[in-house]
Amino acid sequence: MSNHKISRREVLKAGALGTMGLAAGVGATRASSLPALAQGDGAQTPTHGTHHDMVTVGQIDPGSFDPTAFLTRFDGGEVSRLPSGQLLREYELVAEDREVEVAPGVFFPAWTYNGQVPGPTIRCTEGDRIRVHFTNRGSHAHSIHFHGIHPANMDGAFEPVRPGAGYVYEFDTEPFGLHLYHCHTVPVKRHIHKGLYGAFIIDPKEGRPSANEMVMVMNGFDTNFDGENEVYAVNTVAFHYQKHPIPIRQGELTRLYVVNVTEFDLLNSFHLHGNLFRLYRTGTDLQRYDYTDMVALAQGERAVLEFTYQHAGPFMFHAHQSEFAELGWSGVFLVQEVPHA
Amino acid sequence: MPELRAPAPPEAASAAAHAPARPAGAPLWLKGLAPLVLLGGLVVLFLRVGPVGVFLQAFPPVEQLTVERIRLPERGVMEVRVVNGGPESVTIAQVMVDDANWVHTLDGSRTLERLASRIVTIPYPWVEGEPHTVTLVTSTGLTFSGEVPVATLSPPVDARFAGTFALLGVYAGVIPVFIGLLWLPFVRAVSRRWIDFFLSLTIGLLIFLGADALEEALETVALVPGAYQGTALVLLGALGTPLALAAIGQWRARRRGERSPLYVAGLIALGIGLHNLGEGLAIGASYATGEIALGTFLVIGFLLHNTTEGLGIVTPLADQRPSLRTLIALGALAGVPTVLGAWIGGFTYSPVWTTLFFAIGAGAIAQVVYELWRLFGRRAGAGLMAPLNAAGLLAGMLIMYATGLLVPA
Repeated sequence: MSNHKISRREVLKAGALGTMGLAAGVGATRASSLPALAQGDGAQTPTHGTHHDMVTVGQIDPGSFDPTAFLTRFDGGEVSRLPSGQLLREYELVAEDREVEVAPGVFFPAWTYNGQVPGPTIRCTEGDRIRVHFTNRGSHAHSIHFHGIHPANMDGAFEPVRPGAGYVYEFDTEPFGLHLYHCHTVPVKRHIHKGLYGAFIIDPKEGRPSANEMVMVMNGFDTNFDGENEVYAVNTVAFHYQKHPIPIRQGELTRLYVVNVTEFDLLNSFHLHGNLFRLYRTGTDLQRYDYTDMVALAQGERAVLEFTYQHAGPFMFHAHQSEFAELGWSGVFLVQEVPHA
Repeated sequence: MPELRAPAPPEAASAAAHAPARPAGAPLWLKGLAPLVLLGGLVVLFLRVGPVGVFLQAFPPVEQLTVERIRLPERGVMEVRVVNGGPESVTIAQVMVDDANWVHTLDGSRTLERLASRIVTIPYPWVEGEPHTVTLVTSTGLTFSGEVPVATLSPPVDARFAGTFALLGVYAGVIPVFIGLLWLPFVRAVSRRWIDFFLSLTIGLLIFLGADALEEALETVALVPGAYQGTALVLLGALGTPLALAAIGQWRARRRGERSPLYVAGLIALGIGLHNLGEGLAIGASYATGEIALGTFLVIGFLLHNTTEGLGIVTPLADQRPSLRTLIALGALAGVPTVLGAWIGGFTYSPVWTTLFFAIGAGAIAQVVYELWRLFGRRAGAGLMAPLNAAGLLAGMLIMYATGLLVPA
């Protein structure tokens, strides 16, 4: 008789319609006032269509990883000179298992470099020698695979490092550009999605124009291990930069180093509001590639973005896959007015 | 346990002395209680110091949340009732609707102890007529989802609501049963052979209803939170009910002698009533969540389908002259539970109760089929497997099947 459960399933099967519902939520008011954006989780009353409804509830433990500090933390390593006069930068990277809070109250059993996801942003200048002392204190074999030009035995692909063991990666850095490093131990999918990755910046010898620089690593977390991400973010914590907008100054050059390591999804993207950016794909050329407000990146792809805001106020940036944006990959630049800008 | 070996108090010992052939020693109550005392001691010990033994690793708890019901009380608001049916407490960290994180409030702590429930209120702009999925994310990152098959405003709980659901029950259960009772003059007029035929037909109807109730119960088991042991609930309802009815029948027979046809008719009405309670629950819940519309087609379907239930009640009364009041009472016993069920289902749908009621209905009907079988044995006519009667049995099931096609839900 009343076979209501079956008809329910049929309806759901028939409907990719479900996703239409959320378009309504996004399409509405973008002109949210700043206090509303900043408070984020405080919304108790229904305020439909504004972005502070579509957000996680609560704050992460302040003692854990701080995505705001991570934005501008570039690690130049321990610097010395080789007899040849070449600059040597030495790093300590330790793989360890650690729970990370990827959304307020949601803890992910991660594998980390130096206890954080993403790992430290390694930065040097083209032609520097880097020496990375890697120790595996995790429960599984791991490695570090750097993108860039280096000898085969420095590639990290064929030398898994057993728990308790170590390895020293050493090579001259080239070419300049925005690269990344990640674990290359099989199954690579799990080793990456569990958190073993970081940005690797090689500056051109002549440098880039002076700018306010930030690193954004686009990532996702499959918290229930069903092969799909439940949480999306830049720099791990869902909606962090929406709840804590990034202050920048009107008229000031901003440079973003954007790396995509998102597992399971074919593409991720970066979209900027109220502005366009100059795009340098992989950052390996100083000629701009495009002038746009949207760039799509596959896993492992990265891009350097440069822009200057004419107008003051809050401007969103987010993945233009609306689903990713609504599951955490959304943030806000708070452009502060400069009187004579 | 030294207290177990303590000498029995004198009065107990003297009482034991009067009882013949009882072995001496500790009093009977102590013998019965000793294992329970030991069990209690172990439980206290384990609660204090944890399990004693070789448990090398603390495995992560298996979390289990069940979304029991999602109400849409007003535009832009969802109310989700969630139950923790797992072995350990669970903390709800975040909520997503249609793959988007959403703000929400809970009517209590975010941590749900075992068997605790919460209402999660979400200010979400749901879309009329479209499906939605609500997903709860726990602190360990596990997800538990509930579905809104077709979003529509949940009926407000007021007099009009109660009236609507009463009418739903009246259409689906009360009217059809009473119409069916009007066959009494007909079954009284037909010959004895044909009464046997209609009795067989009644058995056929009931077998179909019983199987339907059991199937519904087993289907709802999937939605019952684990700790409530849905399959065990079905077993309790489906076996406990015929046992209880049989015991009552025995007790009654001892006091009043032979079972009267009226008693059998009453039993049939009770069985059908219990089945209809479950059916009312399902209808009420489906209507409240927008899964069925009370369309003309559905009402006609239930009318035709359930009218045969009335025929089943009056057939054993073919040789009798029941009063009008008795007939009304029988009809009410079979039909009115549909209204009760619709109310319960509409107000507060719970897979636990739905499962239990359907199981009880299935058990009651099984007992009724057994009683009818015995009634056949006492009648002087041909047996149930005589060609005409076997045809009646089959016809009963076919009628239910054919009219069941008209119920689209």
